[in-house]
Amino acid sequence: MKALISWIDDRIPMTKTWEKHISKYPAPKNFNFWYFFGSLAMLVLVNQLLTGIWLTMHYNPTAEGAFASVEYIMRDVPWGWLLRYMHSTGASAFFVVVYLHMYRGLIYGSYQKPRELLWLFGMLIFLVLMAEAFMGYILPWGQMSYWGAQVIISLFGAIPVIGDDLTLWIRGDYVVSGATLNRFFALHVVALPLVLVMLVFLHIIALHEVGSNNPDGIEIKKNKDANGWPKDGIPFHPYYSVKDIVGVVGFLFFFCFVIFFMPDGGGYFLEKPNFEIANPLKTPEHIAPVWYFTPFYAILRAIPDKLGGVIMMGLSILVLFILPWLDRCKVKSWRYRSMLHRLNIAQFIVCFIILGVLGVLPPTEGRTLLAQITTFGYFAFFVLLWFYSKNEATKPLPERLTK
Amino acid sequence: MSNAPVDAGRRRFLTWTTSVVGGVGAAFAAVPFISSWTPSAKARAAGAPVEVDISKVEPGQLIRVEWRGKPVWVVNRPQAVLDNLEQIGDKLADPDSSEPQQPPYTVNTHRSIKPQLFVGVGLCTHLGCSPTYLPGSFAEQVQGVEYGFFCPCHGSKFDMAGRVFSGVPAQLNLAVPPHQYLDDSTILVGVDQEA
Amino acid sequence: MMKKLLLALVFVVPGLALAAGGSNVHLDKAEYDLSDKASLQNGAKLFMNYCFGCHSTQYQRYNRVAEDLDIPIELMEQHLVFTGVKSGELMKNAASEEQIAKWFGAPAPDLTNVARVRGADWLYTYLRTFYEDPSRPYGVNNLVFPSVGMPHVLQELQGIPRAVYEEPLIDGEPQQVFVGIESDGSGEMSEDEYDQAVLDLVNYLVYSAEPVKQERKRLGYWVLGFLVIFFIFSYLLKKEYWRDVH
Repeated sequence: MKALISWIDDRIPMTKTWEKHISKYPAPKNFNFWYFFGSLAMLVLVNQLLTGIWLTMHYNPTAEGAFASVEYIMRDVPWGWLLRYMHSTGASAFFVVVYLHMYRGLIYGSYQKPRELLWLFGMLIFLVLMAEAFMGYILPWGQMSYWGAQVIISLFGAIPVIGDDLTLWIRGDYVVSGATLNRFFALHVVALPLVLVMLVFLHIIALHEVGSNNPDGIEIKKNKDANGWPKDGIPFHPYYSVKDIVGVVGFLFFFCFVIFFMPDGGGYFLEKPNFEIANPLKTPEHIAPVWYFTPFYAILRAIPDKLGGVIMMGLSILVLFILPWLDRCKVKSWRYRSMLHRLNIAQFIVCFIILGVLGVLPPTEGRTLLAQITTFGYFAFFVLLWFYSKNEATKPLPERLTK
Repeated sequence: MSNAPVDAGRRRFLTWTTSVVGGVGAAFAAVPFISSWTPSAKARAAGAPVEVDISKVEPGQLIRVEWRGKPVWVVNRPQAVLDNLEQIGDKLADPDSSEPQQPPYTVNTHRSIKPQLFVGVGLCTHLGCSPTYLPGSFAEQVQGVEYGFFCPCHGSKFDMAGRVFSGVPAQLNLAVPPHQYLDDSTILVGVDQEA
Repeated sequence: MMKKLLLALVFVVPGLALAAGGSNVHLDKAEYDLSDKASLQNGAKLFMNYCFGCHSTQYQRYNRVAEDLDIPIELMEQHLVFTGVKSGELMKNAASEEQIAKWFGAPAPDLTNVARVRGADWLYTYLRTFYEDPSRPYGVNNLVFPSVGMPHVLQELQGIPRAVYEEPLIDGEPQQVFVGIESDGSGEMSEDEYDQAVLDLVNYLVYSAEPVKQERKRLGYWVLGFLVIFFIFSYLLKKEYWRDVH
């Protein structure tokens, strides 16, 4: 065994890689609950890849056969129903986990120098994930698949001059059709997963280069012992590998509860009209995107002008990319930052959640007003941050990690 | 890091038990992935037993029916062919059907339930081509045998009971599918005859 | 404080959303029971006799229904499967679909998943709220599906349903107020019998929309039970290792 390992090590850096990234990667010892969601995102990604590959084996990517093949998976393929529910629930779980992961980064300042690139890779993952989810949603070819795609693609029509030609090009037809389904299928099962996996790889390389942040937001690398090991660091394996297993099992409990007892997620994970085959002549009474898009959808609807709405929606995602440069404070964690900053984050989260709720509801006058107020709050977070972070009244940082 | 003494035994025990429990979970999680490759209800419906009307099959005639996507031959053998089957045993690789290529109720010289009617899967046991039926012109292949099957792919030869001749690429007799007589003029391919 | 606020929102939000999604007509609760095989069998029989003439359930197979509902396959083939179709086939009747499109102007929708699209309560209410309305082409209208393009196929069971109105004085003016639907008694069934028959039919449609539902829940208990055990072991293991750190 030892001989085999050294034979391999002479040829590729197997042991070295294992040590650098796993067994001798120094992780801060005070990771809390919020630090589970990185490894959980990885778990869900693997779940999506595996169940996705297996679903592809039975799925038929044509307008004529797609809906029937999904029902075929649900009824005729042995255990197909479980594979499908694992994949559909996994899509929602992916966003739950990723939103919480981003929230963690936000409150502990994990996007700040030197982790800007890490944050950017993460944001790209989020963006690709949204594209992946959107294109995956068209595949069952139900009413929501069809009309959701119709609405979202039409957004590109708001772009001046090239808008109409662009939507035509994306669809490959005058309406959403089999041609659209085919190209989205190719992107969903081949192209975007490749990009996603590559970005996740870069995300982790970037993380391990600069080291993990922690709830105190201070660098453990500044305090090293005689051997060059950070005094507040512990090897990722075994300490965080065993801890992450606990997180994984806890997560699986909720995940499996949804799969086995409420796979529709109350109509939010699998929307009711999507159990009806796509019908280009009949729009469902109430079109709402899947829940994970609704905050951005609500921003879109809050703006009375179509182009303006599309721009604001695009900005609401783009502004997250430049967060590392909007925050000019030297202190990372909200534990040691001003009350203003904590309140700002709180109002941002509240606005985001309210927008998410509004996005699934049909618009009324009152709701539109509320959406406008919360859209304002959403963007105000970033503007305010830029102003107060320059000379923020922060608390003194501890020398070593606290609990 | 504290320097409290490590209870290595407990640690090892917990590592093993957690691994075993996790392994059991992984094994169960693999079940849907593995099972989903078995034939679906659609495939099973398509592969359902096939009824064949044999009342119009003339002596010497071969009809093909599809069962589970495979060609199944039903041949009405004239008496002369049946007589010939008894005499050519020394030219065959497995004249007594000792290899399990047929259900037990067709282990006999003519490899069928009723002597005249041969039911066999028309796929060569070498590499799966479908042999050609040569009624009355098989003597070019094997002297003294008028009827037989010749595989165009690699030249394997079978007699009218689907038995393979010696010295050809194929080693096994043609397979006989499970089948039964529903009545004198109908057979059901795909279900074993009741004992 | 932040966490509490978040939690509060997480729990309040779905309630809000659901409250807003409802329809205007009150839906009666369908107390269906997927473990009641007799009810499912009766529902299947009603479905095949009254619905299947126009509506397919083209994603479901006859033999699957027979197996799941404990109907002997021979009985199924004799009484419920149209001639010339094998029991492994999908429950589709293409010929009548074309006819329906010709007669009614639109094809009758497939009903395999209808219970997941509309919900059991909607179906239960819908099938019990047809009422006589001579202004409609088939002489009936429906409370939850106004101007429905389908005749009341269960009329021979229910009798002719009539809308009952009262005329109370509102603001001094007599107003027609709808109070309910009453059968004229010409049907084969009493009101309770009819409700039960509709419930059986709805039960069957709920089954049809997700045949694996019962099995899924049964398995779910095992999976969650396993995860609890796994959690205990992994938690103990984590604690054991982390004694080094604390």
